[in-house]
Amino acid sequence: MKYEDVVHRCFRCGYCKFTSDYAEFNCPSYRKFGLDTYAPGGRMWLINAWINNEIKTSPHYAEILYSCVTCGNCQEHCVFDFRDDLLNIFETAKQELVSEGFIPSAVRDFFKAININGNPYKEPQNERGKWAEGTGIQPFSDQEYLFYVGDVGSYDERGKKMSRIVGSLLAELGLSIGILGSEETCDGNDVKAMGEVWLFQQLAEANIQKFKEIGVKNIITLDPHAFNAFNKEYPKLGGDFNVWHYTQILASLLKEKKPNFAKYDVRLTYHDPCYLGRHSGVYEAPREILKAIPGVEFVEMDRNKENSFCCGGGGGNFFTDILGIGEDSPARIRVREALDTGSEIIAVACPMCAKMLDDAVKSEELDETIKVMDVAEVIKQTM
Amino acid sequence: MNDIFEALLQIVGKDHVSSQEEERYFYARDSGLMPPHEPDYVVAPKTTEEVQRIVKLANDKGIPIVPAGAGLALTGLVVPLKGGIVIDMKRMNKILEVNEKARYAIVEGGTSHGAVKAYLDKHYPTLRHSIPDAPPAVTIGSNIVIHGQGRLAQQYGFNSDMVSGLEVVTPTGDICKIGSCSMSKYWFSKGPSLPDLSGLFIGWLGSTGILTKVGLKLYPKKKIRDIEIFVTDKEDLVPDILYKLTHTEMVEDINAWFQPLPLMFKGNHHVNIYITGDTEEEIEFKKKIVWDSLKGYFDAKDGGFMWVFPAMKTPFLEMPQKSFMSFADLKKGGGFEYSGPIILVEKYPKCVQKLMEIGSKSDLAYSGFARIIGRSHCMMYSFALAFNRADSDMMNRVRKAINELAEFVYEEGGIPWKPSVEEQKMALEHMDPNTIKLMKMIKDNLDPNGIMNPGNWEVN
Repeated sequence: MKYEDVVHRCFRCGYCKFTSDYAEFNCPSYRKFGLDTYAPGGRMWLINAWINNEIKTSPHYAEILYSCVTCGNCQEHCVFDFRDDLLNIFETAKQELVSEGFIPSAVRDFFKAININGNPYKEPQNERGKWAEGTGIQPFSDQEYLFYVGDVGSYDERGKKMSRIVGSLLAELGLSIGILGSEETCDGNDVKAMGEVWLFQQLAEANIQKFKEIGVKNIITLDPHAFNAFNKEYPKLGGDFNVWHYTQILASLLKEKKPNFAKYDVRLTYHDPCYLGRHSGVYEAPREILKAIPGVEFVEMDRNKENSFCCGGGGGNFFTDILGIGEDSPARIRVREALDTGSEIIAVACPMCAKMLDDAVKSEELDETIKVMDVAEVIKQTM
Repeated sequence: MNDIFEALLQIVGKDHVSSQEEERYFYARDSGLMPPHEPDYVVAPKTTEEVQRIVKLANDKGIPIVPAGAGLALTGLVVPLKGGIVIDMKRMNKILEVNEKARYAIVEGGTSHGAVKAYLDKHYPTLRHSIPDAPPAVTIGSNIVIHGQGRLAQQYGFNSDMVSGLEVVTPTGDICKIGSCSMSKYWFSKGPSLPDLSGLFIGWLGSTGILTKVGLKLYPKKKIRDIEIFVTDKEDLVPDILYKLTHTEMVEDINAWFQPLPLMFKGNHHVNIYITGDTEEEIEFKKKIVWDSLKGYFDAKDGGFMWVFPAMKTPFLEMPQKSFMSFADLKKGGGFEYSGPIILVEKYPKCVQKLMEIGSKSDLAYSGFARIIGRSHCMMYSFALAFNRADSDMMNRVRKAINELAEFVYEEGGIPWKPSVEEQKMALEHMDPNTIKLMKMIKDNLDPNGIMNPGNWEVN
């Protein structure tokens, strides 16, 4: 296995599972189960044991690997010089399971659905652009930007709502955007994170070909996962595009256009999506937007930016739900943390986070106390 | 599913119990070099009552139990030598109370040192505890049962000296309060003026009970913390330097270290002197006293203070000191082991010579480090040896070296710190028979079925 010369170097010291001030365990799967096998060090030692034939491939081994939400906290806090390889190592170990055909059934179903339907929801392709009906947003032809919404933004009800709000807002602010609609295909970010390299390549190459054919040069993504794939993985396959997350564009547009906001008296906090924050280093754009709204009292959760706590939806867990439910589920922990700030709103910038935290608010029976709103949705309230 | 597993599942819930190969593999070993032994079950309880139910179950069925923190002692103390149930305590991580004016905290036994530090920094910025330089995952409970040492060791002794009360689950499943908390709502004293029962558990390496709550003494945290490093190339002078420094009563922590690589450090002994104060004036005053105490050495050209440039100062001032971890990957193999005896400070030169001898003849990368405990009452001397986990020959050389170092320690009148089972056996060979008899009486009475971390401190 690739990285065999690195895996044994983990000391399992545990720095990787903390925040930088050590206040909290910040690895979602470790936080959920409380067994060290579910922490990054545990995975490293198990992968090393698997390489050395000290343990065999098993459903439990697969579950441990697939419970990683690829949030990147371990890479942020590991003290060794191989830290940047941690997620690559976990991904490679999952690739081995894929090769062996030894993956959890939920993961298999995820791959199958994408392979057959082009999306994990098993929904028809021609339903993909329905979110845009009534918004006036046109199919991409020669607009300046492609607005790419991804699977969740296309099929999930919460995601579709977010796509409509973000798309409409961008258009209202005068941005020239077009969408692919039924021509859009899964970006493949989570497919890759789950170790299905072949399928990822098919998706990425098809997307790259499509983008090039229709003359896409600039892409705005709704979803930080797509943002990550387009920025980091597509260039390796010849897909060099200018890619922004919508909060970056919005922050810039709001500075430029200086729209008149109505006063919005609310205390709110912001949850950093892992693929926008830790993976891509975009921390300030969403904050700039929220802080620019008159009346908004912006408060940080204890865990923010590089120390943000994942909602639990990364690494494909949004679809496979290997981390499961319960009061120790990451999204519920995160909602309680937001509640501790006294906020009425948890602002998000990712459709997966929106859905995960929305569900967690319901599970915590906090519907009347706190609500989850996309950054663009907060702005819409004031315009 | 067997009855034991089912019972454990009922106690802690399905997410927190396992008898699967993966958990058995992981919890069979720590990061050190001790041979692995697999547990039959691993559980991660959340409350004292859950611990109690697990212990009662184990005692009824005669199943060994091994309480585990972060597993960072490196001497196999959480390796279940006789199988059974490993109880991972890290989910018991609540900070329950801080009594600011009486300067103590009550925390659950599995609370990490890192979490306590972060909590105090945020909520009680004038208070601190004695944080060790082990990774922040180290738990309060486990660090106490091994007599750990931290940044306040020179001022206040072992971390186990800084306990102000305990809640313990005994091997027969009783929940016992130790100290003032046994009769009061306050946790200010672990013993005095009562019989000090904490000694029935502290130092026993989890073989007499499980610490579920700990009263932890807190200390003033000064606003400024700084470091001076005194350097000498004469190891024979180091004990006297340390004596003079401790006489000043002006310093927080004192560490003496030497290492052959990088070459800029070779041949010198560095004495890290940590100074704290609430004002620059206080810092300068203390520094002056410290400098004056060592003036004779630089007058005689036997040593001097080195300039600690900012990039060097930062890692030294970190708590815990992250840079220690780099030694673990010195050989690009993620491993180091150390023998860390408690020994007289006057033995520093002999320890240095022995470490150099071992390093040279065994062809091993090494580093020596002394943490002063009390006013030079003793020191923990760390003979640290790096290894590559993928190099079995190197690992065997380290094992052999560690054994030789243990013999050396006994010859020099030292005692082992967090001793491995082999070192415990050696300790018992050197121990007064009546002391052994007393230990046996305690162990037999507390743990009649011999279920608690069996193999450790076995005095039969």
